[in-house]
Amino acid sequence: MTAYILQRLIQSILVLLAVSVVVFLAVYGIGDPIELLVPPQVSAAERTAMIQRLGLDLPVWQQYLSFLGNALKGDLGHSFVHGVPAVDLILARLPATFELVLLAMGLAAVIGIPLGLLAGLNPESRPSRAIMAGTILGFSLPSFWKGMMLILLFSVFLGWLPTAGRGETVSVFGIPTSLLTLDGLKHLALPALNLAIPNMALMIRLVAAGTTEAISQDYVKYARAKGVRRKRIVGRHVLRNILIPVVTVAGMEFGSLVAFSTITETVFAWPGMGKLLIDSVYQLDRPVVVAYVMLATLLFVAVNFLVDILYAALDPRVKLTGEMA
Amino acid sequence: MILPLLEVRGLKTVFHDLAGAWPAVDGVDLIVHPGEIVGLVGESGSGKSVTGFSLVQLIDAPGEIVSGDVLFKGEDLRRAPEERLRALRGDRIAMIFQDPLMTLNPVLTIGEQMGEAILEHRPCGRQEAMAEASRALSRVGISSPEARLKQYPHEFSGGMRQRVAIATALLNKPDLIIADEPTTALDVTIQSQILFEVQKLSRETGTAVLWITHDLAVVAELADRVAVMYAGRIVETGTVDDVLDRPRHPYTLGLLGSSATTVAPGERLKQINGAAPSIDARPSGCPFRPRCERTLPVCAETDPLPQVTCTGQSYRCHNPVPEGHAL
Repeated sequence: MTAYILQRLIQSILVLLAVSVVVFLAVYGIGDPIELLVPPQVSAAERTAMIQRLGLDLPVWQQYLSFLGNALKGDLGHSFVHGVPAVDLILARLPATFELVLLAMGLAAVIGIPLGLLAGLNPESRPSRAIMAGTILGFSLPSFWKGMMLILLFSVFLGWLPTAGRGETVSVFGIPTSLLTLDGLKHLALPALNLAIPNMALMIRLVAAGTTEAISQDYVKYARAKGVRRKRIVGRHVLRNILIPVVTVAGMEFGSLVAFSTITETVFAWPGMGKLLIDSVYQLDRPVVVAYVMLATLLFVAVNFLVDILYAALDPRVKLTGEMA
Repeated sequence: MILPLLEVRGLKTVFHDLAGAWPAVDGVDLIVHPGEIVGLVGESGSGKSVTGFSLVQLIDAPGEIVSGDVLFKGEDLRRAPEERLRALRGDRIAMIFQDPLMTLNPVLTIGEQMGEAILEHRPCGRQEAMAEASRALSRVGISSPEARLKQYPHEFSGGMRQRVAIATALLNKPDLIIADEPTTALDVTIQSQILFEVQKLSRETGTAVLWITHDLAVVAELADRVAVMYAGRIVETGTVDDVLDRPRHPYTLGLLGSSATTVAPGERLKQINGAAPSIDARPSGCPFRPRCERTLPVCAETDPLPQVTCTGQSYRCHNPVPEGHAL
């Protein structure tokens, strides 16, 4: 186990290094932030001073090395636009995104798993066909359009829910959350639903396929021959076997939602990390974009590690060892 | 005469496909008395496993039991509601499956899988169920049963898993165990140990056993009575002594002739010509006719009805092997 963790740690560092090079070069290639940052009325001398202060006069490799040096000390740079440390800026937006994703994944699991079971147990029935057809819709509708339709239906026509923004928040252990106020939940509902729909479709497909396969296994027939009730066969024998792929996918989706729910956050003007990323890209706020991608990578590495540990808990045949596969 | 524990009359199970309904089990009659071990013997594809599952009504689409009666202690299982069948399965009628590697759920502990067989049938505490499971494991010769209950199937060898299946079958002291080739996947030493244990347990607990196998040697060692199955029907049945020593049906004779125990060392094993007819190509008249050495013209015309001798041996043949025929 220790060897396994150590090995994973080394792998993670290599991944972070590789990502830092790629993202640094990519951001460098987008454009020159000076044009956006420096007001046109400033003098040439002031302009040069600003460029020097931000270190933008140096060649790209020197800029990268100084970034790397600072990063090793835990400093991912200051935002050009806001003048505060990029990490602080991102972390301040994290709770808003996190609660959004938590609710979305919760919805996807709570609705997706039972529907998937239903569809997998009687694949020929009419409701099952309807569910499976619905998943195709859930996958394929683009996020921005779906978001606007939700706003149109629930906010404009029905007037039940607010169109945008984050509602009233309360502070729990110093972290602001809108999960605990009615107004906050109302604001959360639409963006969470928008994020949840494709994941729900994914869960339904995964669970349905797994169920159809598991139900024809000998261990299910054996359980029936033992007189085990259907409820228990499905809830214990079948579900336990299909949870393994579900946990993998849910983990990966969780990571990508936290990092890249940009479209939904933009459509609903949700003050989360994705919105920050988009704004930073528009303003060519390089340090924020780089820091963002680094943090997102870190998150993925961590989530994957957690999923591996969950595997070992779910499947008794899995043992975590340091050997390379 | 004692009331039979299980009485099967004219059982017919078909499998549907686009071309029609194919009978895998085609009019099986079978009787099992309390406490008795009956061997159900046949080649692959003879319908013996389907018969086993039909008895407990565990036939899924595209299969369907279309006619016949299955009377268990006088109760008609074919017309019993699903919940009644569930209550009987694993409690009064237990099953042991062929492949112990596939029948245990890989992600649940042995304890949970044994415990549920108890808890789904009678209300008792989890601890009590575990204690019973532990006793059952030690009865089939598994050491340190309490630690074993916390383990998962992959931590058991094939033979051990089959012992677990046997222990599970015994948990509720069933009246009947249907064992579907339970020793086929095991090596010969383990097989004979398990046969010995099953025989012992059957005697101790008074449990009747229907042992489905293709191996006549197993039947000779284990069973009191034997039923020989061919192309979905029972072609010969009687006590083990009668059927194996004085077979009247040419198919039984052929099976015996092809088993290594009846042939002198160095001599070639005899074989039955041809192969068992597939389910969609069964011949008219007697289904064994194309492979039989004793065919008469009548064999092509009518399917022979069962003939019963004075010792209770029954066979379905127009031209049976004469009594006293040397093997």
